[in-house]
Parts: sequence; structure tokens; C-alpha cells
Amino acid sequence: MSRSLIVHRIAPGATVQDLGRNGYLAFGLSRGGALDRTALYEGAALLRQDVACAALELPGAGGMFEATCDLRIALTGAPMRAQVEGTALVWNASHVLPKGARLEIGALISGSTGYLHVGGGFDVPERLHARSAHLAAKVGAVVVGGAHLPVGVDAHDEVGMALPLDRRFDGGAARLVESFQTHLYDADTRARFEETVFKRDARANRMGMRLNSDGDGFFAQGGLNILSETIVPGDIQVTGDGTPFLLMAESQTTGGYPRIGTVIPADLAKAAQTPAGGEVTFSFVSRDEALTAEERHRAYLKSLPGLCTALVRDPAEMRDLLSYQLISGATAGEP
Amino acid sequence: MTDLTNMPVIRPAGLCGLLVTFGLELTEPANRAALAFAAAVERSGIEGIEECAPSLASVFVRFDPLGLRHEALTQALEQLLGGQDWYAAPMPTGRRFIRVPTVYGGGLAPQLDEAAEAAGVTADEAVQSLSGSRVRVQTIGFAPGQPYLGLLSPEWDIPRQTNLTKAVPEGALVVAIRQLVLFSVSNPTGWRHVGQTALKLFRPDADDPFFLRPGDEVQFIPVEPGGLAQHEGDPDGGAIIEVLR
Repeated sequence: MSRSLIVHRIAPGATVQDLGRNGYLAFGLSRGGALDRTALYEGAALLRQDVACAALELPGAGGMFEATCDLRIALTGAPMRAQVEGTALVWNASHVLPKGARLEIGALISGSTGYLHVGGGFDVPERLHARSAHLAAKVGAVVVGGAHLPVGVDAHDEVGMALPLDRRFDGGAARLVESFQTHLYDADTRARFEETVFKRDARANRMGMRLNSDGDGFFAQGGLNILSETIVPGDIQVTGDGTPFLLMAESQTTGGYPRIGTVIPADLAKAAQTPAGGEVTFSFVSRDEALTAEERHRAYLKSLPGLCTALVRDPAEMRDLLSYQLISGATAGEP
Repeated sequence: MTDLTNMPVIRPAGLCGLLVTFGLELTEPANRAALAFAAAVERSGIEGIEECAPSLASVFVRFDPLGLRHEALTQALEQLLGGQDWYAAPMPTGRRFIRVPTVYGGGLAPQLDEAAEAAGVTADEAVQSLSGSRVRVQTIGFAPGQPYLGLLSPEWDIPRQTNLTKAVPEGALVVAIRQLVLFSVSNPTGWRHVGQTALKLFRPDADDPFFLRPGDEVQFIPVEPGGLAQHEGDPDGGAIIEVLR
């Protein structure tokens, strides 16, 4: 029997994602990869495997899944209600999905995008040296109901590990560094940008999210006639009508609309996880502060395997423990 | 703030990138400099550089800011800049001249009239001018394999639209600011859709996924509205390719 995960139903826009593709900028292909890269590190830590393993990215909701053989799974990213055959599963933890059992991942509790990892990673074909679907480039495609996703060979058998739930799922403050077009915005406009509480537009996708606000738009000097220039993930582009967009994994590689600043890599997962309609603010920090944040962020990612703790595995205690954990994980118990 | 009157300049692009800019406007020498300098950065082997990509008149250099100090990379790039007159550098070798069958206007390219009006010419004059222009791939960007082509004559210095068109199809030829862009995948755009081709610029399953290279020259030859049907199934969209020597 081949190792695979059967998808009975799944959220619209779900895709297989890894860390994406570096090195194709000169050919117009952006890195892509998981919107929440931290979640990939969490999944790898929980399953004791390489961070390059591909996972299933679930935007907004989960789905119903079944394994063709016993599989190890981990659930990371935005917490969602999850259960196997009526038993609630702790989020940000690893579990066994027995052959034939139904895994149901329901609605979001906070954040915007959840991840389902499997031991061995999803073994979909590599294209341009990665397994990530890049929807904007039409590389790969969304995963739909009825799909059988192949799963790679799993070198481990450890399950029942949990990580503390991170605080990156409620929007809030994200840090920016100045970029080469920041000076196109006068000091008043930049200050107003930092004071504005933006709301994530519900129509966000893997390319970017529109940032709504009540006040005037944010206009650059020389706005619509600047040269198209390289975009990096985290850039905040402002279109002709003054609306900012946070550009994410699958953004275009160059763009002619000016960028007011760039969200630092350490805050990008948090910004990407802002819930639909949730609030987000931006503040400029110095390069040195951004570098310190980057050092801390990488140290945190590196520390994840050591932060995993065992869930109590006594089957008799299982159900109670699981529901307890779900509440103590600040994930609000009842539907 | 950086002095932008004295090119080239090196400026930050996010935390992990630097942008070396040879001109704030697109000129032939600035584009030439960007293409040649990007190739030189690739060859330089400066440790800590992770990726390098030319855009129209700039070169983006991505690096690990914890492994390579921003100041140290700036210095290394300044040294490389000082080595030669990049604005007089030769074009990349192996360039081609490609003639692409194109339907102008009508239902397949609904913004020809609007673009012509913005340029102050009639629709017929617009087709004559655009199809008569032998343009060069100045950079590949925005989407995979997608070229920015130029430079068109000055009347085509028309701004982008204030609002985005929701989507133009693959193979769409769009115009703004004296440039053409040929779309490699369906995407929203602020540029005006004036022509349609059957060319597939990005072929993710092919050994060579990207059809065009910076420096290639392209001409968009007008055909009748039904003229693209015969090229269905041909990824080159009926294009005629000639190697430049």
C-alpha cells in the first residue's frame, strides 16, 4: 500500500508548500513557499524531520482527511479545531493518524492559515527544485477534494510532542525597515502611516493582502511614473489610489507602484497570519534593531526542537487532557 | 537620504537586499549597465551573496545580513562599480531577434483605442507605431519569464492606469511609459492591453522553462483577429526566431 493522504474535502485555496524557490528572481519567479515559514519550522521540530519537508497549507479552514497507512502528523500555524474520530487534537502538536481514521480540521480559532504536516513530508513532484505550488506562476495547483497526496518515507516514529502556541495569530504591530522608495513619501505621510490602524481585507491571497483604513490614501511624490523595480517579500506597495498592500510569498518580482517600507523577515509570519478583518499596525525600526530581531528570530527557530514537550499519552486520560490542552493553549474551548 | 543625482547609487531593499541603481529613468546605457553589472556580480564570487537579479536600470543583490554586513557588501559592490564604465558595457551574447504574430485591438485586446488616445494618435497609427517597433528585452520580471520591452517612441510615455485591470490573459501585450510588457501568466495590471499573442513565455515542465532572455529583440507583427488559432499547441505562438550575430 502506498503511503498517502486522501483528501475528502478541503478549504478552497489549499496548497502543498515548502520553503519555496530561491534563485529565480532574475527570471521573474518569486520565492513563493509557505506564507508562515515559522510554521514549517514548528512542524519539522514536532516531527523531528527536515524543515524542507512539504506540508499542506490551509487558508481559513481545514478539511477532512484519511491516511492509507498509519501516519505521523503535526498541526501548526493558525490554530483550528481538529479531531480524529471524535477525539479533539491538541494544536501545535504531533499525533498518530491511524490508517482509515478520519482527521477533521475545522474552523479557525485565530490567525489565518493553518498547516498539516506528515512524517516524511508530502512527496509531490519537484518542479524547479521545490514542491511548493506557486499559484501566481501556475506551477502546481490548489489541492481539491478527492486528491491522494503521496507521503514520503518517514524515518522516525515519535509522536505526542507539543510546542507552546506562539503569539503571532492576532495581528498587531509589525516592524518595518526603510527601503529605497521610502523617501518618496514625505515625513507627514510616513508618520500618518505609522499611526494608522489597518484592517486586513478578507480578499487576501498568497500574493499579498490589502490593508484597509478609513482615512486618506498614502501618496508618493511622482507616484505613477517610477520605474518598475525589484520587490522583496514584506514590501508594502501602495497602488495608484493610495491603498497599501503587503506583498507576500507569491508576489510579483518587480513592480512599478512605490513601496513605503518593508516588513522585517522576523515579523512577516505574524503579519501574514493577521485574521481577516483583524488589525495590524506598522512602525519603522533602525537597521540595527531589525538585525537584532533577525538574530533572535533565527535563534528561536533553531531552539524549536528543544522546546517540544511530551503530551501525556495514557489513553485513559487522553480525551480530558486533550480538551484541557486546547483551552490552556489560549484557543477558546467551545464553538 | 541618498544623493540621487550622482549615479550609480547603492540603496537598501528590505533587510536582506541592496539595490544598485544606474538611472532613475530607463535609458539604453542604464539598462546596458544593469545587465552587465549583474553578470559581473554573479562572477565576482563575493561571499555571502545569495542571489543577484537585474531589473530595468538596477541590480538587486540578496544577501544574508547576519553573515555579511550591509556596510561590507556596499564596499565590495562600490569597488566592483569602480572597475569599468558599466554604461558602455556590451550587450549579453547569444541574443536573438524574434517576430511574434500579434492581434491588435478588438475583443482580444480591448484597450487599444484608450491607449492610442492617451498617446495622442489614432488606433491605426498606434498599431503602425507599435508593430513597427523593434524592441529589446530590458529585463525579465514581475511574473516568470515575463519581459519588459523597449524603448518605444516618446508619444508612448503614457502613465499606468490609476486602477488595476482585474486580469489580462497569458500572451497579452500591454503598454505604458514607453515600454511593452508581454504577459507570461494571467495577472492584474495597471498597463493597457493593446495586443494579444499566442506565445507561452513560461514552460515550468520544460528543460528551459524561460523563453526570453534580457537583450533579445522582439517585433510584434500584426495578424488578423483569427490569426492566432493556427498557433494553438505551438508554445512559440508562431514566432520566427533568428540568432543575432
